[in-house]
Amino acid sequence: MISRRDFLQTSMAASAILGASSFGNWSRLAAQQALTQDQLLQFDTFGNVSLIHITDIHAQMKPIYFREPEINLGVGGARGQVPHVTGADFRRMYGIEDGSPSAYALSYNDFSALAKGFGRVGGLDRVSTVVNAIRADRPDALLLDGGDTWHGSYTCFHSQGQDMVNVMNAMKPDAMTFHWEFTLGSDRVREIVEELPFAALGQNIFDNEWDEPSEDFADYEFYERGGAKIAVIGQAFPYMPIANPGWMFPEYSFGIRDQRMQEMVDEVRAAGADLVVCLSHNGFDVDKKMAGKVSGIDVILSGHTHDALPEPVLVGETIIIASGSNGKFVSRVDLDVRDGRMMGFRHKLIPVFADVIDPDPAVTAVIDAERAPHKDKLEEVIGTTDTLLYRRGNFNGSWDDLICDALISERDADIALSPGVRWGPSILPGDPITREDIWNVTSMTYGQAYRTEMTGEFLHVVLEDVADNLFNPDPYYQQGGDMVRTGGLGYRIDITKPQGSRISDLTLLKTGEAIDPARTYAVAGWASVNPDTEGPQIWDVVEAHIRKQGTVVVEPNTSVIVEGV
Amino acid sequence: MQLTRRDTLAMGLGATALALLPIRATAATDDLIAAFTGGAEVGEGGITLTAPEIAENGNTVPVGFDAPGAAAVMMLAPGNPNPAVGTFNFGPLAGSQSASTRIRLAGTQDVMAIARMADGSFTQTSATVKVTIGGCGG
Repeated sequence: MISRRDFLQTSMAASAILGASSFGNWSRLAAQQALTQDQLLQFDTFGNVSLIHITDIHAQMKPIYFREPEINLGVGGARGQVPHVTGADFRRMYGIEDGSPSAYALSYNDFSALAKGFGRVGGLDRVSTVVNAIRADRPDALLLDGGDTWHGSYTCFHSQGQDMVNVMNAMKPDAMTFHWEFTLGSDRVREIVEELPFAALGQNIFDNEWDEPSEDFADYEFYERGGAKIAVIGQAFPYMPIANPGWMFPEYSFGIRDQRMQEMVDEVRAAGADLVVCLSHNGFDVDKKMAGKVSGIDVILSGHTHDALPEPVLVGETIIIASGSNGKFVSRVDLDVRDGRMMGFRHKLIPVFADVIDPDPAVTAVIDAERAPHKDKLEEVIGTTDTLLYRRGNFNGSWDDLICDALISERDADIALSPGVRWGPSILPGDPITREDIWNVTSMTYGQAYRTEMTGEFLHVVLEDVADNLFNPDPYYQQGGDMVRTGGLGYRIDITKPQGSRISDLTLLKTGEAIDPARTYAVAGWASVNPDTEGPQIWDVVEAHIRKQGTVVVEPNTSVIVEGV
Repeated sequence: MQLTRRDTLAMGLGATALALLPIRATAATDDLIAAFTGGAEVGEGGITLTAPEIAENGNTVPVGFDAPGAAAVMMLAPGNPNPAVGTFNFGPLAGSQSASTRIRLAGTQDVMAIARMADGSFTQTSATVKVTIGGCGG
């Protein structure tokens, strides 16, 4: 008799073949210049349940460019494992042809050239078309939003998330979990959540005062679909008050709380759940570890670390789905759920090629209505770029190099620090930079650009601390961002060393001298988690800098030397 | 002077340099353990410690334990200037042998719980709690 595990692995193999052939197909189609919506959406409906996963949209309602990372290093057990595989290694792993649409969607090489050929990605009106197509196959498919939805653009900032709420509601999601949403402040989050026409989930969102599960968010929601009882358990970002300003949502506590996750799984199973889905904002490596500790979860829909994987990762009997970011991908997962168990699955990571997938006019209208009052501000051209501007990468990105340059020159600093966030679209060489583009990589509710003094010793401590959030070998001690970006400051990092000895050779770039631990340096930065931070907003700093430049050129950044790779 | 989490402006990250490296157990901790166990051998298992992996606020970290069948449980924060957190005694009629509280942690360290079981044996467990100046998530 075939065991459940064997069956999953068989399905996995079948899925892998399907995935590979589907990718190979794109390559051929590209050669023929014949990529079509039908081919992107092609899917042999399977089983009796469909899940649609989208996550980390960061308020990108319109099509954008988004370059995936070149550098995404894993340590410990994650070394060399997905999602810590990039570029040619990634393409080899999944049988993706160089220069193909999937190479463009999933890796970084030749990005500018491929982007000119394949065009923009995402756009929530295109996403809506994908969702509608899946619902045409399976009318009761569940649409699950992994969070980081109400943050990340000019219109989102000015409407305090309302633009994204309105656009998402038009697509009728079934449930959602949270991260950056909380940076709207807890009053605003509650105001929106009370009106949401779908479930707001987070089993790990606690009342800080009583150390009990918060009553403002449900732990899980049940759905009857395809004759099966499905439980969707929410897992919000565990490190909210550490990575983001806790003073904005002081009444809540988070954490991984995997013991409670196990209790929730046991509870929903006891209540008759045939299928247990975890809608997670843990980050991929944390989800992998959690899948090994908590038993009984069938599917983890993973968000936060912005990874896009063309196949599920199997941990024990749990499949983990990673669906990218910024509206670039939608995952479809079809499941065969019978006799209280998941018997098999079929999966496709659907890249939302904006020029191939038709916009859904109903959602286009909602998007246009949200943008109309801000149109002139959004579209104002501030400058032009000669360099591809992108953000993703463990240590730097050209967008962040530009932001650091702006901080140093506009705030008259020796050194600039810019947070290692993973959101923010890319701009192609030769393209104009609009105000909207600047906001897409800087917008937040705590964007003040501070200027302060730090000793060399403290700068070292900061780098060590952030490095441990990224390179601690235990995923439960990682927060899921990238290294803080440094401007005017070079350093060497050995990612295999323990905290306190990873960072060395700090250098002040403008003089080439070693950083003196005892000396004080003028440091400018933004996104302070401290209340009462003073300074101009970062988007104004960047806009002023780009205006002065006219045409932006960002030289390759060689200031961080990485060892232990 | 001690810098607190909120005093230090650095990218908006707080906490002290001292707080950043795991702090090792001190002689004071060894003395406390010896006094509690009387030098008896301490095993493992039978006690669970609940603590966050990363403290949201090092000044008030929720920790708890569950030690079925314990007569007394001593909690220690070996990295604190005063490692003793408290000793919880359970009478024979206690419905459960568990407790939770909030403690202040001087920095990243392994919080410990040692239980004296009803039969006089000892068991212990520990959990690493990281106290961090924070990062910036995806």
